Amino acid sequence: MVQVRQSTIIDAPVDEVWRILRDFNGHDRWHPAVGRSEIDHGDPVDAIGAIRHFWLADGSELREQLLSLSDADRSFTYCLLEAPIPLMDYVATVRLRPVTDGSRTFWEWSSRFNPPASRREELVGLVTRDIYQAGFVAIKRRFGRTAPAPRAPALPAGRPQRFDPEPAIARPVPAQTGSVPTRAIVVERYGGPEVLRLQAIDLPPPAPGEVRLRHTVIGVNFIDIYCRTGYFDLLKPPGIPGMEAAGLIEAVGPGVEGFAVGDRVAYACPPVGAYCERRNMAPDLLVHLSDDIPDEIAAAGLLKGVTASLLLHDVHRLVPGSVVLIHAAAGGVGQLLVQWARHLGATVIATVSTADKARIAERHGAHHVILYSQEDFAAAVMRITEGRGADVVFDAVGNDTFGASLAALAIRGHLVSFGQASGPVGDWDIGRFASKSLTVSRPNYGHYTDTPERLRPHVERFFRALREGIVRVDAPTRFSLSEAAEAHRLLETRQTTGSLVLVV
Amino acid sequence: MPKVYISSVIDAPAAEVWKVVRDFNGLPGWTPFVAESRIEQNASSSQVGCIRNFVLKDGGRIRERLLALSDYDLSCTYAILESPMGVEDYVASLSLTPVTDGNRTFAEWKAEFECPPEREPALIRQIGTGVFQAAFDALKQRFRR
Repeated sequence: MVQVRQSTIIDAPVDEVWRILRDFNGHDRWHPAVGRSEIDHGDPVDAIGAIRHFWLADGSELREQLLSLSDADRSFTYCLLEAPIPLMDYVATVRLRPVTDGSRTFWEWSSRFNPPASRREELVGLVTRDIYQAGFVAIKRRFGRTAPAPRAPALPAGRPQRFDPEPAIARPVPAQTGSVPTRAIVVERYGGPEVLRLQAIDLPPPAPGEVRLRHTVIGVNFIDIYCRTGYFDLLKPPGIPGMEAAGLIEAVGPGVEGFAVGDRVAYACPPVGAYCERRNMAPDLLVHLSDDIPDEIAAAGLLKGVTASLLLHDVHRLVPGSVVLIHAAAGGVGQLLVQWARHLGATVIATVSTADKARIAERHGAHHVILYSQEDFAAAVMRITEGRGADVVFDAVGNDTFGASLAALAIRGHLVSFGQASGPVGDWDIGRFASKSLTVSRPNYGHYTDTPERLRPHVERFFRALREGIVRVDAPTRFSLSEAAEAHRLLETRQTTGSLVLVV
Repeated sequence: MPKVYISSVIDAPAAEVWKVVRDFNGLPGWTPFVAESRIEQNASSSQVGCIRNFVLKDGGRIRERLLALSDYDLSCTYAILESPMGVEDYVASLSLTPVTDGNRTFAEWKAEFECPPEREPALIRQIGTGVFQAAFDALKQRFRR
């Protein structure tokens, strides 16, 4: 009998880690080695005796049975029933404990089993590294320890730290009658830009309730980088990234209403899968493009435009006379926020990192531009507002700016934290917000755009703003689909301004 | 029954930390609040059943009996026999677990006891913050890498 015992500390509260780990069928959503998992007989995932049947990326199949689970102890024990490798009598326990003096989590993963003597070292190594340690890394990454971590907004930034799990093998797509060949950027495993590779795939005909789109222009967004690195789990390898595109409807499946072959459409929503020539999708969140909106502008601006619209109308209803602080003001969303907030009658204070970007922010209408690399922006805001502070701060930078953004707010100010390009903001004691009666929001794009009813007003408002010249989307920087990796590299340098698109 | 639970991560291998905390007579050497300690009746400090008799820096005297000591689990359990705190049936255990990722130590200290209900919050705070956390802070300081 050998014993393997591995443990780590996760930078997150124990209940958050437990919520992920206690789902006995959820390991395919976080463990890099697990491709797909299901519970036999449809048992509840926390039923003692439940059996999870799962497949590794290489196609091998395993079955494991839950032997005990305790929410009080935050632990569970399971055994292996079937596996392609001789981990005989394998029984394992996952145990979590709170680290009370830091809001962190102690996680121990241990097991005993009887390997054949000849394979003892190999199997102990496999369990230790490929199962336990790889799981630790994946969960740490989910809680932001290995998130893309540029040091500051719009500064040339460190590339996201990379983690290379066991390479996942794409399951071959069986050729189907009526399927069409197409090309797509496939992420075989989480990693750097080099994991973005062009592949030929077979696309089946649209299912009932789906349409087939032929993309013309595909938007590239920072969220695609988070998907590629695994920081967001919107994409599970092997998978196709991308949340935004414009194109034509090429085929319509049974039961679809309101869309016909030849319609010009665009979208900016999950599920991921936009980096391809063609895709099938439900048309619920597709929007028709009128003739005066070119594909390139739709693909470059829709996701950012909807973001700006929901930030300025749903998350914080901007009123004339407000003082607004906008970080990363030369970026894609930043440019739109500056123009739109000014149109709505706000005094716009923008922060940028370079003199070139300052000119862009000024050109888009910022009343004041702060080079935060040369000046403490919270102090500058107080000087500009004669000690009053900003009514609202739009902050997609996260870790580097969160604290000073709070300091830059007026009494009863509102911090809208809608991104974390420099890393997660960490734990804050909300009691401190009482010193200025502050409000903090952390909106999630998907929660404002996941139904046609929620999405449509923002799309219409954005297109109207484009037509009326309230906002302008500069011509994007163009790449071909096969150059997706180049586009990501450039976006990650944080030296870009405006939008990037892939042209099909 | 009130319960106290405090845990921490110490930047040293568990075996190193255990060397310090396993000595049931060793509180003056590593905690900030114990002035002197002796084991009654010349018993060994690793003998289950032995009694440590120690004086706090604030002058209070406490007697505690060792109920269990495991060099395998890196844990010890003890009960209070006499103290100025006014607790009954007080049993506490201190245990260490290796954190293999980084060769650190996860340290836990918990206690259960009985007391009048109105004194619960103050005692939980006193024991949790004033004793266990203060001792862990001292260990963290001692093993600072």
